[in-house]
Amino acid sequence: MKKEAVQRRIRVLVAKPGLDGHDRGVLVLARAFRDSGMEVIYSGLLPSPDQVAQMAIDEDVDVVALSLLNGAHMTAFPRVKRLLDKLGGNDIVVVGGGIIPEEDKPKLLKLGITGLYGPGSSFEEIVEHVRARVSKERWKA
Amino acid sequence: MLRTGRDPYWKKKAKSTVESRAKKGTLYDGRALEQVRRGLKQWQDTVYRDWRALSSEEERDYQTASGIPLKQIYTPEDVSNAEYSAQGYPGVFPYLRGVYPDMYRGRKWTMRMFSGFGTPEDTNRRLKLLLEHGETGLSVAFDMPTLYGYDCDHERAHGEVGRCGVNVSSLKDMEVIFDGIPLDKVSTSMTINAPATVLTCMYAGVAKRRGIPISKLRGTVQADMLKEYIAQKEWAYPPEAHLRLVRDLMVFSTKEMPLWNYISISGYHIREAGSSAIQELAFTLADGFGYVELGMEAGLKAEQFAPRLSFFFNSTMDFFEEIAKFRAARRIWATVLREKYGVKDKRSLLMRFHTQTSGASLTWQQPLNNVVRTAIEALAAVLGGTQSLHTNSYDEAWALPTEQAVEVALRTQQIIAEETGTANVIDPLGGSYYVEWLTDQMEEEAYKYFDRIESSGGLLKAIKSGYLQREIAENSYRLSKRVEEDEDSVVGVNKYAKVEKEPIETLKIDFRAQKSQLKRLAAVKKARDGTKVKSALAKMEKAFESEDANSIYPMLDAVAQYATLGEIMGVGRKVWGGYKEPMLL
Repeated sequence: MKKEAVQRRIRVLVAKPGLDGHDRGVLVLARAFRDSGMEVIYSGLLPSPDQVAQMAIDEDVDVVALSLLNGAHMTAFPRVKRLLDKLGGNDIVVVGGGIIPEEDKPKLLKLGITGLYGPGSSFEEIVEHVRARVSKERWKA
Repeated sequence: MLRTGRDPYWKKKAKSTVESRAKKGTLYDGRALEQVRRGLKQWQDTVYRDWRALSSEEERDYQTASGIPLKQIYTPEDVSNAEYSAQGYPGVFPYLRGVYPDMYRGRKWTMRMFSGFGTPEDTNRRLKLLLEHGETGLSVAFDMPTLYGYDCDHERAHGEVGRCGVNVSSLKDMEVIFDGIPLDKVSTSMTINAPATVLTCMYAGVAKRRGIPISKLRGTVQADMLKEYIAQKEWAYPPEAHLRLVRDLMVFSTKEMPLWNYISISGYHIREAGSSAIQELAFTLADGFGYVELGMEAGLKAEQFAPRLSFFFNSTMDFFEEIAKFRAARRIWATVLREKYGVKDKRSLLMRFHTQTSGASLTWQQPLNNVVRTAIEALAAVLGGTQSLHTNSYDEAWALPTEQAVEVALRTQQIIAEETGTANVIDPLGGSYYVEWLTDQMEEEAYKYFDRIESSGGLLKAIKSGYLQREIAENSYRLSKRVEEDEDSVVGVNKYAKVEKEPIETLKIDFRAQKSQLKRLAAVKKARDGTKVKSALAKMEKAFESEDANSIYPMLDAVAQYATLGEIMGVGRKVWGGYKEPMLL
């Protein structure tokens, strides 16, 4: 924890990679990340998974936080991850959330998309998870 | 309200509303009020104080969900401004107590359950099931590609076809959805906005093919584009272009489909996006005034179209605040229409509204508790005088509802209607000191918001600058933090929580819908006359380009030629381009 304090601020891209305008959750999450001291970039509405991946590379973020409520997470989340890998962003931490049924979680976790938060997850829990992954994977050494 | 931001009415009205609350009214006698005041003071200084010294009443700031501070009790003193004429009688101006003279004694509210998922065949089956169970109005939900105006074969549609509603890519799909349903007898509500004109044309297209005159069609499309930019965020074009299409639909329907409710002015999504009850009330009514101005700009008289405007509100957990909101909404609408827009015809002053219980209030945890939440919210809607009601299913924080969950939700309304006696008396909470005070309070706060919207440059500017969206986002963050910090309680979430994993059966939607929709769309494209489609789309493009043309007529033709939803919406994308919202962080 102490070591992190001297590190630069975590840069996080918050995005809904799909045809889903229900932005209440992402906007709340963006504010929670911001209040916890992170630098937050919001993708704006309706980016395609490809645009989200490109934005993550262009903005040189540490983390991409994805949220979808429309049931398309099993196509959109993996696509973002695959494109990140392809564009040289395989070290960018990808976390996800929304309405994600239990049976979908193992597949997403296997791809390295973690968190998979849903209704009732606390900000604290989400922020801690992001911090832990960033400090382990991005700030090692 | 809509455009200039220079209308002095709103400032004056906000001021006079505040002032009127400080005045003495005639409902309560001055001497009696004096007695009440003395009695209350004495009660507070003796009975209440002594009791508090021994009791454990929680020390906290009591407030409504909107943040209005609350006293421990309300008395006539709090409504000493009351004039009975401002409360009045049902079916009489200002309609605070209800829009119809007999309210539910004449006819119960319409039980209208929103449904739609998977393939058009699935939805057709669900609609028929609901009709069999005694539902009295149909309501159709569409999937994301349809809501954004993309065909199922568009790359953006991949993975989303049939997930949150039914997919409609062409007239063919609508023919299947409404197969065997008597369109001249039912009323159908379609929750569709950006492509509302196209879906109206398709519904009319189905009727025409069956030989039913479109003038007989009863139903509603949402078509409330203003709230799309404020809250739901499902648009295809810039606001001005969508408003023009709404105008075309207003003018067309007024002439050709007189029973069609072509705008359902919606607070529901504004609330679900995280607004307070006050914001829902204020932004929704501001949108309503915006549409009145739009219709008048198009040369229609308010009397011609106002009776076809209907509203759609949310009902969530702060029971009394919700009831006050519904009551205040009716009074504000009638007052402003008469006072500002000069409307005289009575039918135009009535605010009729549909209510849906709050999806955002449902918890993923302990989902059966949601049956209770929905029942309380539904009761508030009924006590608030709603004309129709959708009750959510307990499993909707998890997925689209199962048939069993939908049945419980419908039964919830039926129990309120048949067993509780709530519908026996009109506006049974009228005259409650608290409810009347809170109604006045909601009204005052709404007028203050109208003033702020107007002084920020008018509604369109307030939307394009992101002012309203940021107001909502700040409120939703406030609400989330209140729960996170245990200032607000949600049972099963931050109170009485327990660990659990998928305790209920949920509806699973597979890729079947996507596959069969792709197949049907390919068949439609193959079977139609390509030249006719092309020329119909070209005519539409011309109409879109000419500001004065009414684009609905050529759209009816394009739909009838089986031009697809995506093709028709694509013409608009070509003419007007897309829209990027302002930054909301």
